[in-house]
Amino acid sequence: MSATEPLVKISNLEIDGIADETRTRIINNVSLELNRGEVMGLIGESGAGKSTLGLAAMGFTRDGCEIVGGNIMFDGIDLVTATPDVKRQLLGKRIAYVAQSAAASFNPAHKIINQHAEAPLCHGVSSRTEAEADAIDLYERLRLPNPDEIGFRYPHQVSGGQLQRAMTAMAMSCRPDLIIFDEPTTALDVTTQIEVLVAIREIVEQFQTAAIYITHDLAVVAQMADRVKVLLRGDEVEEADTRTMLDAPREDYTKSLWAVRSFQRPQKPLAKKGAVPVISLRNVTAAYGSNDPVVRDVSFDIHEGRTVAVVGESGSGKSTTARCITGLLPPMTGEIAFQNQVLPADYRKRSVHQLRQVQMIYQMADTALNPRKRIGEIIGRPVEFYLGLKGAEKRRRVEELLELIEMDPKEYINRLPSELSGGQKQRIGIARALAAEPKFIICDEVTSALDQLVAEGILKLLTRLQEEMKLSYMLITHDLSTVRAIADEVVVMKDGLIVEAGPKDEMFTPPHHAYTDLLLSSVPEMNPDWLDELLAQRGAENLGDAAVSKM
Amino acid sequence: MMPSLSFTYWSALVVAGALALYFGGRQVGNASGVARLRDMSATGALGYSLLVVTLYQGIALYFGPGATFFKWAVHGVVGFGIAGYLFQQLGRHVGTRATKKLFRSMPVTAALGILLILAYALIAIFADFIAPYGQAEIFKDANLLPGGDPGMGGSPDHLLGTDQIGRDILSRLIYGAQNTVGIAFVTTLLAFFIGISLGFLAATIGGVLDQVLSRIVDMLMSIPQLIFALLLMTIATAWFGSEKGMVTLFMILIIAVLDSTRVFRLSRAVGMNIVVMDFFEAAKLRGEKLSYLIFSEIAPNAFAPLLAEFGLRFCFVFLTIASLSFLGIGIQPPLADWGTMVRDLSQFIAYAPFPVVGPLTASLPLMAAGAIALLTVAVNFVVDWMLHRASGLKE
Repeated sequence: MSATEPLVKISNLEIDGIADETRTRIINNVSLELNRGEVMGLIGESGAGKSTLGLAAMGFTRDGCEIVGGNIMFDGIDLVTATPDVKRQLLGKRIAYVAQSAAASFNPAHKIINQHAEAPLCHGVSSRTEAEADAIDLYERLRLPNPDEIGFRYPHQVSGGQLQRAMTAMAMSCRPDLIIFDEPTTALDVTTQIEVLVAIREIVEQFQTAAIYITHDLAVVAQMADRVKVLLRGDEVEEADTRTMLDAPREDYTKSLWAVRSFQRPQKPLAKKGAVPVISLRNVTAAYGSNDPVVRDVSFDIHEGRTVAVVGESGSGKSTTARCITGLLPPMTGEIAFQNQVLPADYRKRSVHQLRQVQMIYQMADTALNPRKRIGEIIGRPVEFYLGLKGAEKRRRVEELLELIEMDPKEYINRLPSELSGGQKQRIGIARALAAEPKFIICDEVTSALDQLVAEGILKLLTRLQEEMKLSYMLITHDLSTVRAIADEVVVMKDGLIVEAGPKDEMFTPPHHAYTDLLLSSVPEMNPDWLDELLAQRGAENLGDAAVSKM
Repeated sequence: MMPSLSFTYWSALVVAGALALYFGGRQVGNASGVARLRDMSATGALGYSLLVVTLYQGIALYFGPGATFFKWAVHGVVGFGIAGYLFQQLGRHVGTRATKKLFRSMPVTAALGILLILAYALIAIFADFIAPYGQAEIFKDANLLPGGDPGMGGSPDHLLGTDQIGRDILSRLIYGAQNTVGIAFVTTLLAFFIGISLGFLAATIGGVLDQVLSRIVDMLMSIPQLIFALLLMTIATAWFGSEKGMVTLFMILIIAVLDSTRVFRLSRAVGMNIVVMDFFEAAKLRGEKLSYLIFSEIAPNAFAPLLAEFGLRFCFVFLTIASLSFLGIGIQPPLADWGTMVRDLSQFIAYAPFPVVGPLTASLPLMAAGAIALLTVAVNFVVDWMLHRASGLKE
């Protein structure tokens, strides 16, 4: 085996998915070459087949998938025809996998270091004491706090970002030739993400490991990968090295992916002094049960036709604030007023008219729509409930609403939510909120579960509806590019307190509050040198959660 | 003639076959490249070997002398298998597109289950037309054997024979379907009505109500069910008298309440999972009433697991009624009931070893028992299939 041969060579791979009596092509004639020590980024929307391709590089297919053509050569071994024994020798030892959700992938009943030592022991690479010493060394390299001690904790005693790094360490335990990273940072906050990115990049460089990095976030892939391959519905769109791909994409689809982040609505002028705000929070403090408050003394106003973005990490209290406004969680002290009228704290005590004015759009469209009801019923119910329309009138209104969200009523009115795509489901969620004809809508992370192109469509729709109906939005998000796109004012929250608040343009120009600055600086940019520059500027100790804990 | 094997030979053959298959298969597989032989595990080889040897044993037993019940069982399994297959084929080619698709995705066992349940339902509904005689009608020829052959102690008028006091067993089996299955169905419906409404209520409202209901249910479940039912039946008959019909009514109510505890637990657990979903929160925030929340938001989503549970519960209720009747406090004579029939004819099972008429005599209690067993199996076939579908498991 010569060193110039690629480590992984996939040629003309075809994979079928079999579900409910039908066969669909998931991977259509895709080829891939990966050299030793090289990082390849796989990019595409959900359903593009990037995870399937990543797993295929390990010779593995999920249940219901079948390799129907092509071959997968790993270091001279054809993984399509290899026996289970041969594959067992490779997996864990020479090929490792890092899953999207580390919290769901660790066994909660065993200590982290025991799970770490499993692969080296099983493959006879090292003894238990050696494996543990090596684990501590890896934890140190990955800059985990207390590397001597952290491995002896159970997974639930460690935060999400640390767990993801521990999982990367685990994948490294046998010093594999190839690691597959399947969206390792997608579920993390920006400040946590940046730490994991730095850690993964360093360790891959140190050990000269080849990696396949699967993600839908272009800015992340720009930092991580040497070469990028773009997939669309199982087909390869194009492949090039990262800089060429970013500077001069050839295909239209790639160009459209690159252009997504450019959507931006100009900030509206501030509301006039003395104008009555649609919703105002006055010194709201709230807690779950008798625990410490999660929201402390929060006050802000939302004016007609404006979007207020509430930004913060998970656990900062932004969703709890929304629960206080809807009345699901009555605040301990403080009050919420709608057009200067104080609303009853508990939603059960609010009148139908008051309930109607505050609507909500949820993050997970899958759980936000009743899976057993047809679209017509889902949208029709609030129409009937609030406006008292029945029969043909109700149907006409539902059709109007569907047209409003740019979906063809004839085609969609009788479908079930499971027959829609993620973006379409989110549109139905919007239509359901609009059906009540509210003044104010809370958008809780509405785009974070969606692909970027689809998310852009949703943001444009929300902007258009706001113009047409003078709606006010409270936009809960941790994604600052969404804020930049459609917000007028920004409220930054941390540990239940408002850190900074003000108009958008002010927020995005320095000087910032230290925390806001950290949030802004942690958002990956499309520039491949961004992470290097940031590291050179601030040093690895002043990034992400490490910096937050210093505040 | 194939001789059947003694246990020693049988086990030796199984082990030898497994070893031969495991090591030989490896050699052959490596040479020919057949992946299935090459990668066969030791347990897999043992399974195949066991299957082949047992199959041989079965065939030898079937064509050898004696073993009457084994032959009947083989006939039964093969016959029902063919019936299920034919019914499945029928369903695949006749009907609307939706039902055709349903039958295509259904295993033969489920098709057989549906066929049998339909048959039981038809027999129960049209018992008055199907049964040759009345259920309480007494003939002068008692203790006739099944088979209808006068030379073997039967009579062509009574195909399945008569019991000790001369009632036609075929008619009583048919009416038994009406009584036993009908009452079990009503009882299960009642149990589900009580269990589901309280369970969903506990899930939706929560708090004190949930605690109170759950603890009451725990209390009821902590007492062994059959003994508790016996106790309650005694109390009920002592207080309200034991007129005809009343006893049956008590039985229905008591079993329904006791069984609703299991339904309560399931529906509460299922409800809890739905209550935390965003669409439920959206409906709550819309200001919907409790009845809408329960019937429109929770119920449709809980349908699949509850339906599967209905099938299982139905079997248990059915068996409880049969055992209560067997103990003499269930369905009262002269109403025909399978449990009572098993009890009344049970002593005939002792005749089984006698030559020629022995198996026929012993089959008297087995027919009612078989009717119970068959329905239980049929319902479970269907339930298994529905659970499989509901859980989204794919091959």
